[in-house]
Amino acid sequence: MLEIKNLVKRYGKGAPVLKDLNLLVQGEQLMSIIGSSGAGKSTLLRCVNRLVEPTEGSITLNGTDITKLAAKDLRRARRRIGMVFQGFNLVDRLSVMENVQSGRLGYISTWAAITRRYPAADIERAFELMERVGIAQYADKRADELSGGERQRVGVVRALMQRPEILLADEPTASLDPKTSEQIMTLLRDLARELNLPVIINIHNVTEAKEFSDRIVGMRYGRIIFDDKPAALDAAQMDEIYAGTPSEDRQEIGAVA
Amino acid sequence: MSTPTTWRKPPFIQSPALRWLFILSVAAYVIGTIATLPIDWERTSEGFARAGRIFSGAFPPSFDRSGLMISGFMESLKIAILATTLGMILSVPLAFMAARNVSPKPVYFLGRGIFILARSFHPVIVAIIFVKAVGFGPLAGALTLTIYSIGFVAKLLAERIEEIDFGQVEAIRSAGAPFLSTMVYAILPQIMPRLVGLGIYQLDSNLRASAVVGIVGAGGIGATLANAFGRYDYDFALAITMVIVGAILISEAVSGVIRKRMT
Repeated sequence: MLEIKNLVKRYGKGAPVLKDLNLLVQGEQLMSIIGSSGAGKSTLLRCVNRLVEPTEGSITLNGTDITKLAAKDLRRARRRIGMVFQGFNLVDRLSVMENVQSGRLGYISTWAAITRRYPAADIERAFELMERVGIAQYADKRADELSGGERQRVGVVRALMQRPEILLADEPTASLDPKTSEQIMTLLRDLARELNLPVIINIHNVTEAKEFSDRIVGMRYGRIIFDDKPAALDAAQMDEIYAGTPSEDRQEIGAVA
Repeated sequence: MSTPTTWRKPPFIQSPALRWLFILSVAAYVIGTIATLPIDWERTSEGFARAGRIFSGAFPPSFDRSGLMISGFMESLKIAILATTLGMILSVPLAFMAARNVSPKPVYFLGRGIFILARSFHPVIVAIIFVKAVGFGPLAGALTLTIYSIGFVAKLLAERIEEIDFGQVEAIRSAGAPFLSTMVYAILPQIMPRLVGLGIYQLDSNLRASAVVGIVGAGGIGATLANAFGRYDYDFALAITMVIVGAILISEAVSGVIRKRMT
């Protein structure tokens, strides 16, 4: 269970990007977050594993308040949160296996990591997962030799190697062609069910969001203005989520405050 | 109004008065400097005759004492290899310290400070200090060129680290990896080509520089060369110079081939 309470994020002295945001994610469900660029979707996801430092509020994952953790405990908490990125963020010059095993770096010693002595159980798990997503034959290839869809599969396997309690995906299909994009979404949905894993996906493609999600959250400039089943999302609500310009919105906030 | 048919690039200094003032003052300074430089033309013309004697004394080059030359050259090679190895090993952690995107502010300033210090003196000056400190010979040379390597390699490597794709670091961090594992997995692979390239270049460069620092007493072929000059053995000096040029050409060619293979 992920519970976000009164989350505020402000970069520098500017207007906050996230404004007093509350969100509860329970059970294994695939939840999509939609909203125009600059709505704060990416910031929200990055606050959860603290790649971005929240300004105020609390984020609790299965009983641990992540916002309170210091260095070592934060690293332990991050192991429990998998993340998949838009640009894949694979280490290009390392092999697929090394990339996959980098999902275990929080568990193995630095020495084992440097010498590439991965535990037998991790290697077995890696081959199982790679087999599952169809990239096992690439284990020894360099990551930059793979196509976009294959690279994102490596990204997904790397995140799953952590045995996460939740999976965050920051526009995982935005760099992919429509067909590959569908395949990756299908994969994420199926894996979420197989592994009983809650998944939060930031996504620009609303059609895909409606097709694959159990729940859709609509964000507009730092607030959640829609939160329901995909079927409940109609044209009027879409307009509200995607309408308006940032400057108009800021003025409106200013008037309230 | 008709469409203009002429266009000129706007001048770098907008105001014409300021522009001409600048050009004229630079010209005046250059002329004034040349006019007041204490050049003794008589002495200079004498010098030409002396230069003629040196060059005529140098021909034909003498390889009679090639044993001395080879041992001097091997010493230079050892100095260069030792200095490059030590320099590279010390440069890597220093570069991480001095990279703005991975180090906290105080560590960053410390790292920058160390290699600014290493860069601030020419190798010859550093060599003079080390010769005073540890005595004549190859140790002084190796230490000098280690410092020289650090100043160069650490700086360029730090700049490379600042240019990396930080997404890869984010990905490794988000898996909960500890600091050193993150550096080794997310950053080292990205800077590896540059690291190897710099190492090869530095070996090259240290071989060249070892001839120079040898002249002030830091061992190697430079010491042999300085001795030859001291004894007016210009023919031997020319032979040494030719060998140095030959060695540089060979190392240039070899490093070129390695670098091509690397990428």
